[in-house]
Amino acid sequence: MNDTLNHIAFGWYPYFALTVFLCGSLLRYDREQYTWKTGSSQLLRRRQLTWGSNLFHVGVLLIFAGHFFGLLTPIWVWDMLGVSHSFKQGVAIVVGGVAGLMCLVGIVMLTHRRLTDSRILKHSSFGDIAVLLLLLTQLLLGLSSIFVSLGHMDGHEMVKLMSWAQGILTLQPGASAYVADVHPIFKAHLLIGMTIFLVFPFTRLVHIWSAPVWYLGRRGYQVVRTHRKGARGVGAPAQPAE
Amino acid sequence: MKIRAQIAMVLNLDKCIGCHTCSVTCKNVWTSREGMEYAWFNNVETKPGIGYPKEWENQTKWNGGWTRKSNGKIQPKIGGKWRVLAKIFANPDLPEIDDYYEPFTFDYEHLQTAGESQAMPTARPRSLISGERMEKIEWGPNWEEILGGEFAKRSKDANFEGVQKDIYGAFENTFMMYLPRLCEHCLNPACVASCPSGAIYKREEDGIVLIDQDKCRGWRMCVSGCPYKKIYYNWSSGKSEKCIFCYPRIEAGQPTVCSETCVGRIRYLGVVLYDADRIEEAASCKDEKDLYEAQLSIFLDPSDPKVIAQARADGIAEAWIEGARKSPIWKMAMEWKVAFPLHPEYRTLPMVWYVPPLSPIQSAAEAGKMGLDGAMPDVRSLRIPLKYLANLLTAGDEAPVATGLERMLAMRAYMRAKTIDGVIDENIAKKVGLTGAQIEEMYQLMAIANYEDRFVIPTTHREAGTNALDLRGSCGFSFGNGCSDGRTETNLFGQPKKARNPMEIV
Repeated sequence: MNDTLNHIAFGWYPYFALTVFLCGSLLRYDREQYTWKTGSSQLLRRRQLTWGSNLFHVGVLLIFAGHFFGLLTPIWVWDMLGVSHSFKQGVAIVVGGVAGLMCLVGIVMLTHRRLTDSRILKHSSFGDIAVLLLLLTQLLLGLSSIFVSLGHMDGHEMVKLMSWAQGILTLQPGASAYVADVHPIFKAHLLIGMTIFLVFPFTRLVHIWSAPVWYLGRRGYQVVRTHRKGARGVGAPAQPAE
Repeated sequence: MKIRAQIAMVLNLDKCIGCHTCSVTCKNVWTSREGMEYAWFNNVETKPGIGYPKEWENQTKWNGGWTRKSNGKIQPKIGGKWRVLAKIFANPDLPEIDDYYEPFTFDYEHLQTAGESQAMPTARPRSLISGERMEKIEWGPNWEEILGGEFAKRSKDANFEGVQKDIYGAFENTFMMYLPRLCEHCLNPACVASCPSGAIYKREEDGIVLIDQDKCRGWRMCVSGCPYKKIYYNWSSGKSEKCIFCYPRIEAGQPTVCSETCVGRIRYLGVVLYDADRIEEAASCKDEKDLYEAQLSIFLDPSDPKVIAQARADGIAEAWIEGARKSPIWKMAMEWKVAFPLHPEYRTLPMVWYVPPLSPIQSAAEAGKMGLDGAMPDVRSLRIPLKYLANLLTAGDEAPVATGLERMLAMRAYMRAKTIDGVIDENIAKKVGLTGAQIEEMYQLMAIANYEDRFVIPTTHREAGTNALDLRGSCGFSFGNGCSDGRTETNLFGQPKKARNPMEIV
């Protein structure tokens, strides 16, 4: 019974979440561009946003990068580089801890602002608040997992999680077995993490896909569009109904 | 040389009576919906004053427009591309809604539903954002109307730079003028440059600057980039919006709503041809005071055969070249030099220009002391300080504004001599560098201002580039995915959905 539940939660659910995440994002991008936005509320209230948003975003970007490379870099690469598992876990705890605290301060400020400022609260959708609380819960779980990790500094728990993540992404059947006996905090962290992917296309989180890094590569500053066919002008032809 | 055409506007401030018809008709058509209540694509300010949003001209505070670096290159004042991205999580240069004003309505319903009471029931204000009661309205879209408020506050107006402003606080010396403002549809728009998504663009055919509502992600850098603060963040839709120069009307050869409804007939629309290859050069000139001349220098003479040949080669339609020859903008800006750009020092090369207002002779009561320059009063003795107008229109250079005002005075003197004394006095015209025929033409365009002279707008040739069949049966001007705004009202119980207007944004 337990095996079945474990397999559903960590063997099937990830694929369900990833499928919704990818297809949902694609569909929304294709069909509902007008709703694809950051949903900034800075105009309505600047207070608490300058610190809150900066701390949150910088923290969360560091955490994302840490998870991305930490979980998905194949274990043999680390071995080849001579990075021991305990050293890697130590770095993850320190960097993740600092970034997590930054992020925590930021998200607490943002949550407080969203829930107490009547201007913001009035115009927050269910999704805006839900996603904030979801991220806050996930962050708290992530931070509390540090204490679990301190109990086994040899990195073997971490290797289980890495094996699971890589197993899922490389379509290995039975990847769920890797995490069958990890601490419940890790399990909760994984479940909420997958849930974030699941709700992603339905919330303002989609703005992550549109991080405007391409701006750095824009030649010059100006953008000109034309209807004319074969014109010398730059830029893509305009859509008919904009 | 790469020739492009632009529909430009001139506003004759000498005739603006500050009636706000332009603002109201514009609002009724474009911004009367949630999220945009506070936004006025067109607004009329009383100057001197800090304006809307507060102190929009103070670029040390808002960092709008462009700045020239020591190497001679220009970049947005909010910063280069890396700086813009670094500010993306919380934009330090973004006004808060209170810098515009908190939009409000009144509890009108209470007037009908109130029970019997000793005092008359009142309709008290309520915020349109939070829905909460507002005990006191502190600021509004036009709070300084006709010099409302104390001079000490109004005199923070950035155009007082270099003016001994204290004396204008005294009742005897006070002065005012109206300044209707809209998007400048710049040749070198700072909003376009600061948009990380690349959603804002200038249309090659007519120069109108638009925000692609589908591509806008709400990074809100354009609001800061624009020195005129004419981009508004729609807090409901999460997208930025701006004056669209009524492009559906312009494309059909009709004037914008603000121009069409202007009761003072102060607005002019027409084609200007310019050299797109020289935009950067013109916007980068070293001395701010040269920017006005630099912008004039990239406008191209539509009667020059070389320009006409190049314009044809660049794909400009014949009707547009013809329109450029008849353009009232060309006459006022280039031929008579009575129209000037608004704040050329922002280096955006704005394309909505202004004819400065004449004003009563300062201290006319001090008879005899009046500065007279021949038959005409000296423009330096006008009630509105020349320096103030120069700060507004020519980056502080008084000479061009003085010439413009003199020409307008000369037009009055010439026409007065002609119609009252029955004398044609060519000397008056000659003194200001014009001919009698030119003054007659000026009079026709600026004083009589017939509809067909004010608005010379060739229709757009979209058929050349767009498959019009695709547009058939589409939603027209709407947001979102065709007629959908991306929100569905699914009803499990099979009740019919509310009928919807495709324009509606709920």
